[in-house]
Amino acid sequence: MTESCVAEPTNSVIEESPTESIPATEEAACTHLEDFLRMDRIPHIWCPGCGIGTSVNSFLRAVIDSKIPQNKLCIVSGIGCTGRVAGYINVDSFHTTHGRAIPFATGLKLANPELMVVVYSGDGDLTAIGGNHLVHAARRNIDIKVICVNNFIYSMTGGQAAPTTPAGTIASTTPYGYFENQLNLPQFLEACGAVYIARWTTFHVRQIQKAVCECFKKKGFTFIEVIAPCPTLYGRRNEYRTGLDEMKMFKEKSKIKNNIDTREATLIPGQEIVVGKFVDRERPNFLDSMDEHYGRVLGDAYKPYTGAIA
Amino acid sequence: MDGDSACCEGALAGGCRFVAGYPITPSTEVVELMARRLPKIGGLFIQMEDEIASSIAISGAAWAGAKTMTVTSGPGFSLMMEHIGYAVMTETPCVFVNVQRGGPSTGLPTLPGQQDMMQVRWGSHGDYEVIALAPNSPQECFDLTIQCFNFAEKYRLPVFLMMDECVGHMMEKVVIPPADEIELEPRRYTSQKPGEYYPYNDLENLVPKMIKAGDGYNVHITGLTHDHRGYPAMNAAAQQKLVERLVKKIRDAANDIIMVESDELDDADVIVVSYGISSRVASRAVRLARERGHKIGNLRLITVWPFPESLIEELSQRIKAFVVVEMNMGQIVREVQRCAGSRALTVGVLNAGGAVHKPEEILERILGVLS
Amino acid sequence: MVEVSRKPKGFVTINQERCKGCGFCVEFCPTNVLQLSQEYNSHGYHYPIAQAPEKCSGCDQCGAYCPDFAVLGSRNNNKK
Repeated sequence: MTESCVAEPTNSVIEESPTESIPATEEAACTHLEDFLRMDRIPHIWCPGCGIGTSVNSFLRAVIDSKIPQNKLCIVSGIGCTGRVAGYINVDSFHTTHGRAIPFATGLKLANPELMVVVYSGDGDLTAIGGNHLVHAARRNIDIKVICVNNFIYSMTGGQAAPTTPAGTIASTTPYGYFENQLNLPQFLEACGAVYIARWTTFHVRQIQKAVCECFKKKGFTFIEVIAPCPTLYGRRNEYRTGLDEMKMFKEKSKIKNNIDTREATLIPGQEIVVGKFVDRERPNFLDSMDEHYGRVLGDAYKPYTGAIA
Repeated sequence: MDGDSACCEGALAGGCRFVAGYPITPSTEVVELMARRLPKIGGLFIQMEDEIASSIAISGAAWAGAKTMTVTSGPGFSLMMEHIGYAVMTETPCVFVNVQRGGPSTGLPTLPGQQDMMQVRWGSHGDYEVIALAPNSPQECFDLTIQCFNFAEKYRLPVFLMMDECVGHMMEKVVIPPADEIELEPRRYTSQKPGEYYPYNDLENLVPKMIKAGDGYNVHITGLTHDHRGYPAMNAAAQQKLVERLVKKIRDAANDIIMVESDELDDADVIVVSYGISSRVASRAVRLARERGHKIGNLRLITVWPFPESLIEELSQRIKAFVVVEMNMGQIVREVQRCAGSRALTVGVLNAGGAVHKPEEILERILGVLS
Repeated sequence: MVEVSRKPKGFVTINQERCKGCGFCVEFCPTNVLQLSQEYNSHGYHYPIAQAPEKCSGCDQCGAYCPDFAVLGSRNNNKK
């Protein structure tokens, strides 16, 4: 059911949209997003107030802005709530095993370098069980675009603590509060070698859109951490009754600090959430390095690699 | 050429141009050779961070359109179990080579075993069927690796080459035929158009036709139970339909897949059953027994999974006993026993791995059941 | 002669049935065009309605926040 509300004339001035706004264009339309969604699977499974849908919204706008051909875009997800993203985006999409989206994507990208391969998964999936792969894909600088939706917990399984859980958080496996050290993803990824690292919250929809556009332009391992509300399993146990409450907290507590030393990129919900683009550097990616190296050491014996399609 | 090298050459001859691996004794020679060979023929070898990564990277590459393989041994094989299940569930053609060593755990890295024969069949959770071949010579490492790739394409599932340390390191002459004499099974792509095609609706003998990423079909592939569209379907009916087909596509094709080598079965009183390296000492024992005037048949399983059930059943009706030789504490002997029932005696000549049997041990057992 | 546009700058399109009532669009609309309805959609959620459509700038901030792909802000084409 679609309702159109055609407004009366107005003189009101547009208030500045939150932080670093990018002017909306007429192209940015729902109908365009629908081409990139499996409409036969909408509505999706995500709860009311969940931020994953918002992140997908921003992501798809970036896909459209960047004019990525639909048949060259591949989405690879692991397991979990964010792991379901692959199932909703209408491109070749792969819902893999828990933590293994990155090595699957590595195989996919290396076997056909013409594909634009995006890994879209959650914090528990990518950083705990999949942590080893995150390290090495970033180190090798595999040309994949990672979007990590961080809702601070494992949501699909009922809100257990993750490496990204902030100190003091009540999670289902930390009924007395979380006391382990929280992983600072931008700092971790910088050490591993990612060429682009940003953190935004789902309040920063236009910035996510822009960041994804920037990642599409870079040839190498890029990483965007998207802080998202999980009202059902994080928020309600931790003072944020609804997704909207958590979004308001993001708005209030986020500080944009582009290019800050990632060691200073603190992430303490309710106190300070440092967001921004932290790293944007150039390093040869895996395939370029391989080509250059083998070309040099093997000379004519090297048959330049263009993909492994049988 | 040793078996590991023959396996590598077989894979290349079979069309494999993407290998993800991780070093582990005694399979390392295969990945080392791949690392040397692939850059010179336009292929890619990547040493992943662990076997878990290797075993899923090959699935990713397979969906990009590559013929892919990974190579490992026991401990690495254990780590790969989840992605064997993923490849079964998503019907991803790929090849796993397991150069078996003694286990459990780190076990005997440099010594042979045949202890993963049940793990390859049942190791990943859930119900499924696989294809596993066991070579007994470097020549067979070459030939059967090609066969593995062909089966993987034909039936869309992970196929296993179950080598062992001895076969892997054994040096023998290997004949590599000219490329145009090697029959290769191409990937069976759909002829349906985007829009009408779904990943699991274009079936031929229960095996779905494939696409590759980038062809514009916008497929969704998941390890969740799924319907013909590839979409998750969380109900018993969808589960029944899917798993039944995954199992049936292999069971129905068993006659096409099962390969055995047999000798003097017709009037045998006792049949010696073996596979892989054990078959070579088993043959010696059979000869020794025949020299003593006994009627001994020799049956070597080249295909171990699917298991040649009807053959064993049929043979059990006219012989006295099966003697099963394997380097484990009793795995395939149980299969033989299951199929033979009470019609024929089944005994194992077993050891815990680390060394192949002596022909005399086997002979003693043969003479034992005859007396 | 100066022709004054009688059209608003923008308008919001709402797919009520897709909405899960999170309220992001209402909260983050820069010109406070939207509010949640008193009515429920068939899934039991309060969907947004344009209570002040004349204020709509067509910036599509609502559409950008929507996790359910249910809202779209569009600009009116005022060019003659």
